[in-house]
Amino acid sequence: MVGIALSGTYIPAFRLDRGIVAQNWGRASIGGERSVANNDEDSATMAVEASINCLTGMDPGLVDGLFFASTTGVYQEKMNAVLVAAATDMRRSITTADFTQSLRAGTGAVKSALDAVKAGSMKNVLVAAADARLGYPRSDQEQAFGDGAAAVLVSGDDVVAEYEGGYSICNEMFDVWRNPEDTYVRTWESRFILGEGYTANMVEAVSGLLKKMNLQAKDITRVIMPAPDARTHKGLAKKLGFDAETQLADPLLSKIGHCGAAQPLIMLAAALEQAQPGDRLLLACYGDGADAMLFKVTEAIKQERKNRTLEQYLAHKLPLTSYSRFLSYKGLVETVPGEPFRLFSSATVTWRDRNSILRCHASKCNQCGTVAFPVQRVCPICDAKDDFVEVRIAEMNGQVFTYTLDNLAGRSDDPVVVQTVAEFGAEKVRFYGMMTDCIPAQVKVGMPLGLTFRRIYDGMGMHNYFWKCRPLTIGGQE
Amino acid sequence: MGSLKDRVAIVGMGCTNFGEHWNKGTEDLAVESFFEALEDAGIEKKEIEACYVSTVMSSIIGISGAVAADALKLKDIPIIRNENWCASGHIALIEACMAVASGAYDTVLALGVEKLKDTGYPGLGTGRGMHPVYEARRTSPGSFGLIATRYFEQYGLTPEQGKEALAKIEVKNHDNGSLCPKAHFKNKITIEQVLKAPIIAWPLGLFDCCGNSDGSACAIVTTPEKAEALKKDPIYLKGFGISTDSMLPHFRPGFTWTSFNALVNSSRKAYEMAGIKNPREELSLAEVHDCFSITELLIYEDFGLSPRGRAKEDIDAGFFQRDGGLPVNIDGGLKCFGHPIGASGLRMTYEVYKQLQGKAQKPERQIKNPRLGLAHTFGGPPQLSAVAIFGNEKG
Repeated sequence: MVGIALSGTYIPAFRLDRGIVAQNWGRASIGGERSVANNDEDSATMAVEASINCLTGMDPGLVDGLFFASTTGVYQEKMNAVLVAAATDMRRSITTADFTQSLRAGTGAVKSALDAVKAGSMKNVLVAAADARLGYPRSDQEQAFGDGAAAVLVSGDDVVAEYEGGYSICNEMFDVWRNPEDTYVRTWESRFILGEGYTANMVEAVSGLLKKMNLQAKDITRVIMPAPDARTHKGLAKKLGFDAETQLADPLLSKIGHCGAAQPLIMLAAALEQAQPGDRLLLACYGDGADAMLFKVTEAIKQERKNRTLEQYLAHKLPLTSYSRFLSYKGLVETVPGEPFRLFSSATVTWRDRNSILRCHASKCNQCGTVAFPVQRVCPICDAKDDFVEVRIAEMNGQVFTYTLDNLAGRSDDPVVVQTVAEFGAEKVRFYGMMTDCIPAQVKVGMPLGLTFRRIYDGMGMHNYFWKCRPLTIGGQE
Repeated sequence: MGSLKDRVAIVGMGCTNFGEHWNKGTEDLAVESFFEALEDAGIEKKEIEACYVSTVMSSIIGISGAVAADALKLKDIPIIRNENWCASGHIALIEACMAVASGAYDTVLALGVEKLKDTGYPGLGTGRGMHPVYEARRTSPGSFGLIATRYFEQYGLTPEQGKEALAKIEVKNHDNGSLCPKAHFKNKITIEQVLKAPIIAWPLGLFDCCGNSDGSACAIVTTPEKAEALKKDPIYLKGFGISTDSMLPHFRPGFTWTSFNALVNSSRKAYEMAGIKNPREELSLAEVHDCFSITELLIYEDFGLSPRGRAKEDIDAGFFQRDGGLPVNIDGGLKCFGHPIGASGLRMTYEVYKQLQGKAQKPERQIKNPRLGLAHTFGGPPQLSAVAIFGNEKG
């Protein structure tokens, strides 16, 4: 049986009330709020978050392949999947690939993973999809798009959703696209793109799948269809004969927005968090054609999972109250250069220290048991030389030991850096770094923390990634 | 460890005004302090046999001793550059003393110079540690802010109580600086001003942080015999201690953040060499590394000047004021002089030297009957401490 064994989402903490965007432009809000990646997040870091959340309780060393899917990968030439695999602490001997350049990158990666597992070339393939697309300032898309990620583990064992079949079509037209030099998503006239593009292709793919599987609309428990807007979503469902009240999965437009290639996997993971054995899930995704896929939920869905649910992510949020900061966080306006512009990078240093910097490995002394981060060749407590094992601390919880609210170290649009010394795990591993996704004025000694993988600065044309502390709760919400 | 007590003497010192010397370069500053020291010592330049130069940030790739050779036209003598973060000046001076004590040279120059105001930013910058990732975005105020937060936590001080204690240190230092002609800042301040100042790195505000300035100071050291032949009031080295902790304290397992081994050990070694049993009673003055207010508080305790956890009581009682039991930073400290890194250790020593000679620039800031003076710098993330103790009498 081949299908989805594990799944998990990641939604950035910042939410922007669409009314703020609308008010700035003197136009109407499309309603609700959208998720916004923090200024230290990108599609690679969000994919890491979703991957770690998805794999909760599983040894990442058992993963044989990692497919990264996004239209907003971090590099033009350099594989994002490799970065995600390192930060998730996977083996080096795995297959990696980036799926990109279409909103169907996420579903395409899942289809390829299913084929690979079915063919027997890999046992466990993680598909991590993340996106953070930009609509033109003042456009509907600026409000409608969101940032987010999801990951699913495709496997032949312990699947919670068996893959029953799929149907795909490809369709060449200019409806929604971005040229290499474009910052923003281009669109043709909306009636054309919604009618001849989205709706026509989704109808063709979903109808094709139902016909191929010899099923009718009423046989589907949950219909998972990312959509550009709520009205088009409802219209499509009606055309296909699905009941909007009972069958349609929430497209999440009012809560986070459309997260590009990640949206179908975010919605699939959310549906699995609510599913019962025997449920039939139909996933359909549009982008230069459409992919439709059918899953049947198994008894394994009853096993309790300890990972974070979409519900928790939706509740765990920080308001982004300024449109200006939205623009500068997205790199669309350049604020006064702060200190980070003077930082330097070193490809050799970050490569040499990759096990600590990316994999979050500490050294555990074989003689005295002290765990020190980053990896130390000489034990700081007992002086044993080169006598340690590496242990990953990224999933440990801890607390603030001491902190400072540093006004000199930050970006000019985000000036306060919470420099944090924390202790993680039973071994009280000392970690020093910045705190992110927090309300600086609420930071306290003893506050519970986790670790999160972030882009800490850019220098010499290189993105520098490292781990940061993050409060486990915001405003009482986990 | 052998003792250098009374085996080396300072025979001349020089010190520039500290401040924003927009129109003076590294060479100008070195020239000014050096020629003051030559005149003070009453020797000619050709008598200098070796030079230890302390400078940290004045160039990008290597500096070497050439910075002193170029400025002072020192010809054909060994010039050794010392870079040990904020303790560089003290360590250059201690190296010069060891060179004389070794018998290799009779007369050695220790020169500190730093030009911070050519860098285009206030402060020492961000992420200029040893690692592009682990120290990215680390700043000096941030690192010392971590100490303050933890100190308040460990000793149960509210932020208001803690900040007020720290404010009193800076009010004292500004009061001292107001009398010191070579200081960068000569304004008196109030507790209210300190508490209302903008936050730099919570809980540290603007007045909890020392200034950034340019400056140079230097010392000519020689044997006691030669010194006594040159002048009637040479100042003798009594003891020194240098200590460097292992591993960035930020990541060090179990580190308390309220006491630093480097501080405890460097002061202990210096007291032992100088024969000091009770520094609180025996020292006439101390010039300590007040890069931030919390640093000075921590030093009171780690140096044994205040009982552990009770520095606040001494601060409240005014024990470290100019007219108190042990005047600390009687020239205004780094707070009023600013901290041109390589120069600071020698600048502090200059104050100790002048006080011990009874030559403080104004009578109202001259300590009465001084005997022993301590000068100290504390460097890095912080990790590295150097102490030197001087006296005006042998024995």
